[in-house]
Amino acid sequence: MPSRTEHHSPAGVGRSLPERGLLLLAVLVLLEGSVLPLGAASSPDTNHQGNVDNHNEGNVGHNVTTKKPFPVLSLDYHHIQTPFEISLWVLLASLMKLGFHLIPRLSGIVPESCLLITVGLLVGGLIKLAGEKVPPVLDSRLFFLCLLPPIILDAGYFLPIRPFMENLGTILMFAVVGTLWNAFFIGGLLYAVCQIQPSNPSSLHQLELLPCLLFGSIVSAVDPVAVLAVFEEIHINELLHILVFGESLLNDAVTVVLYHLFEEYSGVGTVTVLDGFLGVICFFVVALGGVLVGAIYGILAAFTSRFTSHTRVIEPLFVFVYSYMAYLSAEMFHLSGIMALIACGAVMRPYVEANISHKSHTTIKYFLKMWSSVSETLIFIFLGVATVDGQHDWNWTFVTVTVILCLVARVIGVVGLTYIINKFRIVKLTTKDQFIVAYGGLRGAIAFSLGFLLDNDHFPKRNMFLTAIITVIFFTVFVQGMTIKPLVELLAVKKKQEAKRSINEEIHTQFLDHLLTGIEDICGHYGHHHWKDKLNRFNKKYVKKCLIAGERSKEPQLIAFYHKMEMKQAIELVESGGGVKLPAAMPSTVSMQNIQPKKPPPAKTAERALPQLPKGREEEIRKILRSNLQRTRQRLRSYNRHTLVADPFEDGFNELLLKKQRMIELEKKIKEMSNYLTVPAAPPDSPTMCRARLASDPQTYSMKPGSDNMPSIQVDLASPQSPDSVNMLDEFKLANQQRRQEEEDQGLMMKPPSSTGGHNKSGEEDGGRDQQKLMRCLSDPGPSADEDEDEPFLP
Amino acid sequence: MGALQSLPGQPEYIDLAEKTGFSFEQIGVLHKRFKQLSHNGETLRRDHFNEIPDLACNPIRAQIIEAFFDRRNFRQNGEGTVEEIGFEEFLVVMSHFRPPSLHMTEEQRENVRTEKLRFLFNMHDTDNDGTITLEEYRHVVEELLSRSGALGKDTAKSIADAAMLEVASISMGHMEPDEFYEGITFEHFLKLLRGFEIEAKMNIRFLNMDTPTLCK
Repeated sequence: MPSRTEHHSPAGVGRSLPERGLLLLAVLVLLEGSVLPLGAASSPDTNHQGNVDNHNEGNVGHNVTTKKPFPVLSLDYHHIQTPFEISLWVLLASLMKLGFHLIPRLSGIVPESCLLITVGLLVGGLIKLAGEKVPPVLDSRLFFLCLLPPIILDAGYFLPIRPFMENLGTILMFAVVGTLWNAFFIGGLLYAVCQIQPSNPSSLHQLELLPCLLFGSIVSAVDPVAVLAVFEEIHINELLHILVFGESLLNDAVTVVLYHLFEEYSGVGTVTVLDGFLGVICFFVVALGGVLVGAIYGILAAFTSRFTSHTRVIEPLFVFVYSYMAYLSAEMFHLSGIMALIACGAVMRPYVEANISHKSHTTIKYFLKMWSSVSETLIFIFLGVATVDGQHDWNWTFVTVTVILCLVARVIGVVGLTYIINKFRIVKLTTKDQFIVAYGGLRGAIAFSLGFLLDNDHFPKRNMFLTAIITVIFFTVFVQGMTIKPLVELLAVKKKQEAKRSINEEIHTQFLDHLLTGIEDICGHYGHHHWKDKLNRFNKKYVKKCLIAGERSKEPQLIAFYHKMEMKQAIELVESGGGVKLPAAMPSTVSMQNIQPKKPPPAKTAERALPQLPKGREEEIRKILRSNLQRTRQRLRSYNRHTLVADPFEDGFNELLLKKQRMIELEKKIKEMSNYLTVPAAPPDSPTMCRARLASDPQTYSMKPGSDNMPSIQVDLASPQSPDSVNMLDEFKLANQQRRQEEEDQGLMMKPPSSTGGHNKSGEEDGGRDQQKLMRCLSDPGPSADEDEDEPFLP
Repeated sequence: MGALQSLPGQPEYIDLAEKTGFSFEQIGVLHKRFKQLSHNGETLRRDHFNEIPDLACNPIRAQIIEAFFDRRNFRQNGEGTVEEIGFEEFLVVMSHFRPPSLHMTEEQRENVRTEKLRFLFNMHDTDNDGTITLEEYRHVVEELLSRSGALGKDTAKSIADAAMLEVASISMGHMEPDEFYEGITFEHFLKLLRGFEIEAKMNIRFLNMDTPTLCK
């Protein structure tokens, strides 16, 4: 392979990048393959060394020690073997991910999961060719304890609660009844098929009913990892996504119970009615127990986050550790760990997000995405490697029948269940929907790991099972995964709404909630909305007060959403270059003036006579502002690990003071200027503003008392009239602003014709708040304007 | 079916069923509720609605009750308000919340959506001039936030202003600085909530209602 790339690289610049990636891959794989024999070679050396020393220690009187020259450089691979290999695998996985996106056409046709499995196959093949023993990578313990939790936590934390709850009945039906149906159908029919050849007694006849049912239960569960990997790329509409995805998450409880039930009794050979009954009870215990454990840890995490205002740095750690402990605790009792994780993430999220700082929120988001991404990549690669390595027992009948039965069972199950479910749904599922749900039932690594866990003594056919499981996984991931995208296009299934969530939609969502609750009350019908409303009120009255720190507990959802939206707009504006070009969201030139009601004529003519700022002055102001902004940026660059915030006492504090003095003169002359802000804001002592000020910045606690007369330059950011203006704020002003209620000399204020006096005040405060938020943003790139995961407070 | 025998006026039910699309069973149950609310009277008045205890903690209670007495919702192209309503008007208003049936053409779905959005529009447009002005929208937001604690009218005003700005940007696109945006007309409202899928959301389950679950 290296020679091929060297031949090609002179051929063109455009082709060199993927070729380089391939070269890197080859190097990595060979390195991996070569370090293993090296490891084997070096460890005897060290051992031998140790032996010699011991021998020498023992024979004190012998004095046979041959003096070796002092080893300047020695190789001790054994010492670091395990972490090194792990890091190498993770590196390989990440480089693969990079590589795929460099080859654009490939990633459009083939889903990432397929490519990763292929890579795994290649790597496994290479290792085998090199004559080494393939490391047992898909060890079930490793999988269940290390690789699976990040993916599930990511899914659970960012689970869209509202559509999930609205469709919970449907999801549960598919998850529980659907999986049961699949398991028994596949297991039973397989057993029947295995027995049908009496004339030609094959090895299949040894297969009993219970192992078949066990196999059926392993292979019937829809896998969340595979579903996530494929559905993420096809951008299907929210309803279908949550149906398939929710099903894949919730069927874990069923799988756990069935697996343990059949595994326990396969050795004995029979399952009585009592056992079946106990199994049903066990199911409820497993499912509800898992959710309960998760909820408890979630509440603990939320409660802990209430007190983290002084140690912002370790906030994300609480989220991760509590969730992982929830998973482990559930697994300890053989409850459903997946459901525990989902419950923990979903329960803690609204409260934790109200308590933690913006930076912690970003950290949590990125860490979860990063870990789940790496985990997913590793899982697929390992699947490929384990395929090459495993001892396979290929049996044509068994495997083909399994694959066919899986498909058939899924289709029948979905169609049958939808027929029943549609009787209870308001918005019925169409045939197209049913097809996508059936086609999206992918199997993945969980099935493989469960099969791997089987004991070879109890299950002599274990290898055959594994082969069949792998074939089903390959079939679903490759065939179904690759074809689902064109099918979605062909059937013109509704895609995900790309539109940003607007304030109007939020208002109307709230309005509709209350309206429907009211209508239900008038009808006298205690329906969904009634109970949801009751739960919300309970939540607001008791739970939020316990779990959320400070004033934020009283903030209604609409206001929280509104502030979030404002923040996003402010960040967008900064990122788009300080308002030089207007953000895409508002391509119109409509501003606040257009919607303010018309004034009575006298006041209107007075405000119409707007004193224009002379050109020269404007330039001067702009220059000063720009240079001050540079100062600010320099200031923010230094930080220490404990505060993560710039120390304003560094870097030219005195120059800043001088500049401020000059500014005071200037602003006195331009005080009548008015140019309004487009986005109005919260009053100064609203919960969010207090939190935003105090929260992220420990600096605000140690305020210098003598900084009262520090004026600030507040210039409107986004108004069309001043495209080059930029916002800046004196950090000291922050704390003082919140203490002072009265109107103050706020520096350069540019306001448009204002309708009422009240608007002035809110405009200034908004200026303060926006700027302060921008200050946070300058040091932290912040999240992208990504609406997907940011759900409202409590839907 | 047994319940139906005891209810009077069956030929009227056929008429009502045709008009509103409810089934006989649903009409029967709603009639029972109507009688309960009106204390076996023939008409309902606003104070009858005010007696419903669960409704008391609803922030937009007043507007919901007003919607029942608004002639525009009676599907007879009337205007203005009435003081009392009979069972037919009650049923017609309720029919706005009926879920769309499974097999509907795209056009029928559009009609259902327009109808539901019209109901919402009428709720916001209290002075009946065909547009939702800034004042009216402010009132809507204020009412929504009224039960959520005392955070002052300024926040509500700001939210309403931002929302209005958004509508204006979406509907008008480009406006000169001295032009004035009168208010949200019904077309703008439709455009605004186009992606909202209201026909999937604005529905009440009218099935499975029997007398024991009716609250007092």
